[in-house]
Amino acid sequence: MVERQNSVCFRTLHLDQPWRLDSYRSIGGYGQWERILQERPDPADLIEQLKLSALRGRGGAGFPTGLKWSFMLRSAPGQRYIVCNSDEGEPGTCKDRDILRYNPHQLIEGMAIAGYCIGATVGYNYIRGEFFEPTERFEAAVQEAYAAGLLGKDIGGSGIDFDLYVHNGAGAYICGEETALLESIEGKKGQPRYKPPFPAQSGLYGRPTTINNTESLASVPVILEKGGQWFLDQGLPNNGGLKVFSVTGHVEKPRNLEVPLGTPFRELLAQCGGVKGGKKLKAVIPGGSSTPVVPGDQMMELNMDYDSLAKAGSMLGSGAVIVMAEGTDMVKVLANLAHFYAAESCGQCTPCREGTGWLSRVLHRILKGQGRREDLDLLDDAANRIMGRTICALGDAAAMPVRSFLKHYRHEFERYIAQGERCVS
Amino acid sequence: MTQKVKIEIDGRTCEATPGEMIIAVADRAGIPIPRFCYHKKLSIAANCRMCLVEAEQGGRPFPKLVPACATPVMEGMRVQTRSALAREAQQSTLEFLLINHPLDCPICDQGGECELQDLTLRYGKDKSRYAEAKRVVKDENLGPLIATEMTRCIHCTRCVRFGAEIAGLRELGATGRGDHMRIGTYVEQTLGHELSGNIIDLCPVGALTAKPSRFRARPWELIQVDGIAPHDGLGSHLHLHVRGRQLVRVHPRAQEAINETWISDRDRFSYTGLSAPDRLGEPMIKREGGCWQALEWQGALQIAAERIREAGSELGALIAPNATLEEMYLLQRLVRGLGAQAIDSRLRQQDFRGDAADASLPWLGVSIAKVEEQEGILLIGSDIRQEQPLLAHRVRKAALAGGLVATVNPYRLDLTFPAIQFTASPSGMLRELAALAKALRKRGSGTLRTLISEVKPTAQQVEVAEQLKQAGKRYRGLILLGALATAHPDYSLLRALAHLIADATRAKVGFLPAAANSFGAYLAGALPHRLPGARPAETPGLSAEAMLNKPRKVYLLWGLEPGFDLADPAKAVQGLDRADFVIACTGYRSPALERVADLLLPIALFAETSGTLVNAQLDWQSFRGAIPPPVEARPGWKVLRVLGNLLELEGFDYRSSEEVLEELRKQCAHAKPNNDPRGDLKKLPPRLSNGDRLYRIGNVPIYALDALVRRAEPLQANAEFLQVSLNPDQAAEMGLGAGDQVEIDQGEGKLAKAPVRLDPRIPRGCARIPAGLSGSEQLGPQIGPVSLEKR
Ligand SMILES: Cc1cc2nc3c(=O)[nH]c(=O)nc-3n(C[C@H](O)[C@H](O)[C@H](O)COP(=O)(O)O)c2cc1C
Ligand code: SF4
Ligand code: FES
Repeated sequence: MVERQNSVCFRTLHLDQPWRLDSYRSIGGYGQWERILQERPDPADLIEQLKLSALRGRGGAGFPTGLKWSFMLRSAPGQRYIVCNSDEGEPGTCKDRDILRYNPHQLIEGMAIAGYCIGATVGYNYIRGEFFEPTERFEAAVQEAYAAGLLGKDIGGSGIDFDLYVHNGAGAYICGEETALLESIEGKKGQPRYKPPFPAQSGLYGRPTTINNTESLASVPVILEKGGQWFLDQGLPNNGGLKVFSVTGHVEKPRNLEVPLGTPFRELLAQCGGVKGGKKLKAVIPGGSSTPVVPGDQMMELNMDYDSLAKAGSMLGSGAVIVMAEGTDMVKVLANLAHFYAAESCGQCTPCREGTGWLSRVLHRILKGQGRREDLDLLDDAANRIMGRTICALGDAAAMPVRSFLKHYRHEFERYIAQGERCVS
Repeated sequence: MTQKVKIEIDGRTCEATPGEMIIAVADRAGIPIPRFCYHKKLSIAANCRMCLVEAEQGGRPFPKLVPACATPVMEGMRVQTRSALAREAQQSTLEFLLINHPLDCPICDQGGECELQDLTLRYGKDKSRYAEAKRVVKDENLGPLIATEMTRCIHCTRCVRFGAEIAGLRELGATGRGDHMRIGTYVEQTLGHELSGNIIDLCPVGALTAKPSRFRARPWELIQVDGIAPHDGLGSHLHLHVRGRQLVRVHPRAQEAINETWISDRDRFSYTGLSAPDRLGEPMIKREGGCWQALEWQGALQIAAERIREAGSELGALIAPNATLEEMYLLQRLVRGLGAQAIDSRLRQQDFRGDAADASLPWLGVSIAKVEEQEGILLIGSDIRQEQPLLAHRVRKAALAGGLVATVNPYRLDLTFPAIQFTASPSGMLRELAALAKALRKRGSGTLRTLISEVKPTAQQVEVAEQLKQAGKRYRGLILLGALATAHPDYSLLRALAHLIADATRAKVGFLPAAANSFGAYLAGALPHRLPGARPAETPGLSAEAMLNKPRKVYLLWGLEPGFDLADPAKAVQGLDRADFVIACTGYRSPALERVADLLLPIALFAETSGTLVNAQLDWQSFRGAIPPPVEARPGWKVLRVLGNLLELEGFDYRSSEEVLEELRKQCAHAKPNNDPRGDLKKLPPRLSNGDRLYRIGNVPIYALDALVRRAEPLQANAEFLQVSLNPDQAAEMGLGAGDQVEIDQGEGKLAKAPVRLDPRIPRGCARIPAGLSGSEQLGPQIGPVSLEKR
């Protein structure tokens, strides 16, 4: 496994100053883009390779990227857009940041290829506002690419146009939701749009738009270079390729690791030096804060791919693996998560706006030792009433942790309630 | 016709147009689906989640409940609005909405007509499960019309969408996230848009309520009476809410063909002027030394009748264009019955040279609803948002649908839609139109020929002309003349040019009525050149201008204030001063009126009398009185009935206003709307030259239109005051700066004073000095030469 590690989005990591154009060139970077500029292959063939690769969206929802691209009607007239989602707000996730820092050119190449495939001559990269250095790196790379004649109008006389712009967020988690992101680029308050219409019909400025995660787009040049079959073979059927996991929490060596999908969690944990202080594993949130928590014992038997985690009742999400050791106070963890969602709900739809605040307040009251017996059923019930009833998935993301924590760790909450103030002190 | 589809809602088969939302189909079928954010006139937000329903398509249920307001129907769709799951979701949403709601219904003005209260009754539980601290939101002061209690807001964003989509001015927005999200202006400010009051009706809860009527009554204490708005040319349909003898508030009554579901702030709040402190309650007579003394109706009417009889054919009558049809008709009967010919209601017109060629029965030219379907609109001399706020909304819709809107005005308008604005001095307006005509290859005849020969169309004028022509080809071109055209010294020529352009483009010509019953005056015969039924008078009588130039023995003024409602107040006062006796039938006393009048007779105003108003599309809109007039004041038609009888005129024994109306209606059987000139408008020489004199542009601001709105305090609180607006360059040349006090001289020996304001929307050569505002009573012509002197 170790040989295959870091061979897609992180394939430049071993180089000195991997973010520079010549570094990227030295490993064959922009080869695919230049081939496209010269040969102008049929986009349908390229999309076929992506479908074959079983690349699934790395932003959280895991939607097959090739399929998403095929929704864009290339024949329809007018402007289309490719938008890269580098908002990376999901707690625990920090992989896109490192792609921007260490391999920006591969993302640029991926965006340009995406633009070609869907017929978009303009791309936007929406970068999380707090990412100062990554933004600088990416912008410098865009400058380099323009200077090298890889972007712009009629690139190298090919007749192909592709312009790339950077847009910085202003610190709102919800702007990572793809339609809120579009609103934000348009200069409006970041609030998700009701779908349908989907962005492929009416996206940025009302034009057909495809939105992909940074990691999804950065994977594209490698897939085209080595072939869809190669990528598929790295992982599992329906779970093609490598995926970056951001392993954080109670591990000895928190880090980003790009490993094949299907890698046993056990191995991933081992690569991060195991649980901190050699403690016993208590629980793992395997795919970013929005995904249901999995008890440690169960987690040790699972493989890290979309389907295995779904079968276990959780999700691969964005690949943020939050490890919790024995002794972790699950009430505190959940109260913290609930606060996050209450603060980050955009506020437009009722169940999420009101419900997330409710969950958070009840949990903090329990934390303060003022819990009541009926609170736990109330929490579960309120979470259920948010699930599936909101405009975007933030409502679900806020509800799922509550339900899973109560399912697996109800006794800890009951202890807080039973012991009241004593538990706190 | 589009193909219809069949869907099933709660077991009932309903027909629908594909793409329609479930909620619209259910509404039509009378199946109630709870909702807060949905409003049929606004875009879909789908944010409240109150309308969640269960749906299936082809036997396959949707994976989640769907919002009925945002889910388009498809053939064979089956919807359940009251299944256990749907009801549970609706209840959940309601519970969420209530957790942070203050539940302060007992002290909330919306109580009893609150959508949240109503749905709580249906879905709410009697005990809340929410035991945490509630959100409190700080209020903003949105000005004198709208009271806020934002803690009650349920974030449906109807008010926000109204601003963005209907008003065209985003005055409100949402800031903050999660349950800290709040609706507000961001930087506290007064809502200034002329339609802003509609958000009071849109707000489903008590977050936005009407300030003037706040805490004045509970909805269940109110009696609802239908009414017609008495200001602009729409005659918007109203609900008058009455408690005892008081009109407590005014709401819109939906009428798709006229006001849709909206009303302007002027129509909504002008009723507050009914109880102004200077309301006239009993007849008054001027005694020696200018002292006013109250007297009995009988005595007052006898004096009036005597003076009128003495005057005979030397009587002159001026009647406000918002008087009822019945009042207009009876007054003209009285005047003509005495052998007099001087009656007019075109109080703000200066140029009557075109009377012989006047349209036989002017109107809007298209129906009100059709305005939004026009593909090319040329607006001549109209500050349309101020003059006709809701018609401006129709024009806006036409513009947003891609239609061309072009304007020719003596100042640049603040519009909420794209338009090409040609701005020029009054004489320049003629040249702008001449250039358009020339771009259409018209050479014109008479005066127009000279005008046209002297201009060269710009590329933009050529473009506008071409677009108007395209629109006209598709019968979707419209040329409208507004109040600033009517007040123009060369109104006849503006009309002639409008007709010439219409001729070349096949666009229709339409007129914007100056007030609520301006076109009714044609039907009632309250004009020197029109008899009842809009029949041309054989020998036209004296126009408003002429009868003030050639003073009458006795004047009868109906519903007007000489300082504010006439085209040339200074000259009018001179004329009235020279009369033997001036009788004013009026709702109010005012110093200017008391100066010229000898006898004041108190008449009923809006909502206090029955009557009829004829709107821009010539609908006869009758209404009955909703409240009694104050003290001794009487409905106008009754005052005229008694006067007619005292003067022993035939047939003045009407028993009701309906009888008056019936009599007039019979005479109108052959009256047909027609905007074509009945003669030649083109022979007249222009009164204005291109010289470099400074011209006053005396527009009538929105809340200065008539005596009633001028006294509506909430509207006046932020209304315009008298200022001299000058182009900054012009001011610099004249050595004037912002805030300088200047003396305004229009050559009648009377001066007014006002501060200078710099405004780049005013063209050079012009000074915008509004009419109808306090301080303007002594000025001369609304549009005419003026000089300014720094003090
Ligand atoms: C509340 C919320 C936050 C999200 N934040 C992110 C994010 O930070 N980055 C991201 O790539 N996707 C995020 N997503 C997912 C995006 O909406 C979208 O699915 C994704 O960008 C699509 O790209 P992919 O198909 O390549 O994964 C978020 C979704 C939700 C509901
Ligand atoms: S679920 Fe929350 S974040 Fe998403 S649209 Fe609704 S209020 Fe906004
Ligand atoms: S009415 Fe449908 S979501 Fe509000």
